[in-house]
Amino acid sequence: MGQRLIYLDNNATTPTDPRVVEAMIPYFHEIPGNAASRNHPFGWAAEQAVDNARKQIADLVNVDEREIIFTSGATESDNLAIKGVFEMYQRKGDHIITVKTEHKAVLDACAKVEKMGGKVTYLDVQRNGLIRLEDLEAAITDKTVLVSIMWANNETGVIQPMKEIGDICAKHGVLFMSDATQAVGKIPVDPKAVGVHLMAFTSHKMYGPKGVGALFVNRKSPRVKVTSQMDGGGHERGMRSGTLNVPGIVGFGKAAELAKEEMQQDAERLSKLRDKLESALMGSLEEAYVNGTRESRMPHVTNISFKHVEGEGLMMTFNQNIAVSSGSACTSASLEPSYVLVALGLGDDLAHSSLRFSLGRFTTEEDIDETIAKVTEGVNHMRDISPIWEMYKEGIDIDAIEWSEH
Amino acid sequence: MAYSEKLLDHFKNPRNVGTLDKNSTSVGTGLVGAPECGDVMRLQIEVDPITKKITEAKFKTFGCGSAIASSSLATEWLKGKTVDEALAIDNMAIVEELALPPVKIHCSVLAEDAIKGAIKDYQAKNGVQTAESIAASH
Repeated sequence: MGQRLIYLDNNATTPTDPRVVEAMIPYFHEIPGNAASRNHPFGWAAEQAVDNARKQIADLVNVDEREIIFTSGATESDNLAIKGVFEMYQRKGDHIITVKTEHKAVLDACAKVEKMGGKVTYLDVQRNGLIRLEDLEAAITDKTVLVSIMWANNETGVIQPMKEIGDICAKHGVLFMSDATQAVGKIPVDPKAVGVHLMAFTSHKMYGPKGVGALFVNRKSPRVKVTSQMDGGGHERGMRSGTLNVPGIVGFGKAAELAKEEMQQDAERLSKLRDKLESALMGSLEEAYVNGTRESRMPHVTNISFKHVEGEGLMMTFNQNIAVSSGSACTSASLEPSYVLVALGLGDDLAHSSLRFSLGRFTTEEDIDETIAKVTEGVNHMRDISPIWEMYKEGIDIDAIEWSEH
Repeated sequence: MAYSEKLLDHFKNPRNVGTLDKNSTSVGTGLVGAPECGDVMRLQIEVDPITKKITEAKFKTFGCGSAIASSSLATEWLKGKTVDEALAIDNMAIVEELALPPVKIHCSVLAEDAIKGAIKDYQAKNGVQTAESIAASH
């Protein structure tokens, strides 16, 4: 080892900002109370800290603090929103619309809804990663109770047309839920301005601690309710029981405050670095393709396929000191390549060949320069030992070969 | 996941990367896998016509680290073996040598298939009847 470690996997999780850690520390020992203990100073201090954090988080996304429900993270928030709406609005209808490129937390919650007797439509996306608005409108029926569409995709960074989707939902009187895990704290997110009624997000994707998230639930016109999925003491307006994670919530609040202040400058700096990385790799390597539209995309993410190179193998050439992620099957136990990239219409070969670079607040220009050098070297090395690259270079049509599938 | 030292060594310093003349009668080529599956291995052997020993083995692989290491190891093992000895190489020996995790066992299967494919090609070129072709002619 001894090499400098470079972290470009901020869509998986972000490092906790040291200022966040500092804000959290008193709430482990000095201020140990349970925020639900209403009869002594320990409880009062904890409650005050939670109230303050709730305000910081509500301010970041421009909602009322009474509309923030704390959870253990975005997965729980997605589950609470989807199953909670399905159960609460059963009399109105049993149909949910979502998209094939959603996070597993949404897709699997929808699969559970189907098991519970509901119906779910999974919209396709275009090659650029965006849904077609007409597909959404066509899918809405008088039984539709919820549309669940993510704000920004975790693998490609593609941002969906939230306002247009919100308008369609409003027109048909359907609730609009969004998993905004990758967007909140990185770009301006204002659910009310675009007609989102429920929104899941989490602390650890915005430089806060892991294990704490939130669900925004619209309080007025319409007043949205969800059936709780966790029964107990009736915390969080009865929607989510369980003792609040006070240090985590304090950290989440501090992270939200910092994001509000620094988001714009972070985004400007990171989009320049991302563009530098992208154009350097695309410029020096043949047959490299950016996945997802570059027109509507998160500022810190790029997902690139390097044709005729397998993603996991490629990562192994530099993963002793550079952390990225791959849509290759080989990074998971499933042996299937990324379902998100497949939904974009990439062939399996390009889906296997992809790397996702996600930059963050602590990424430096030096990190990017080293990454450009190492990835270029890695792709060239992998192509030197790739029989498919050799065939491609000899002008053989790879698609015309009858491969022995195994 | 954490890989064994041997696997990482074969991945970082792959042995016998290259291409032999596939049209030569003393060369056998095995090409297995599919781009859609994320693995393609091409393994080639050159056989001495007198001694029937494998004098040269080369590979190129598109795939994950385990697939590359498995094919690199296979070429190392092939050199100096007779064709019959090479046919006896079992994928589980590769699994053991590289300490492949369970999800990567298919990489060793692919390497065994590539060895068998290369030998079959060599034998077909040289009019050697394989067990299969004998069975087929009956």
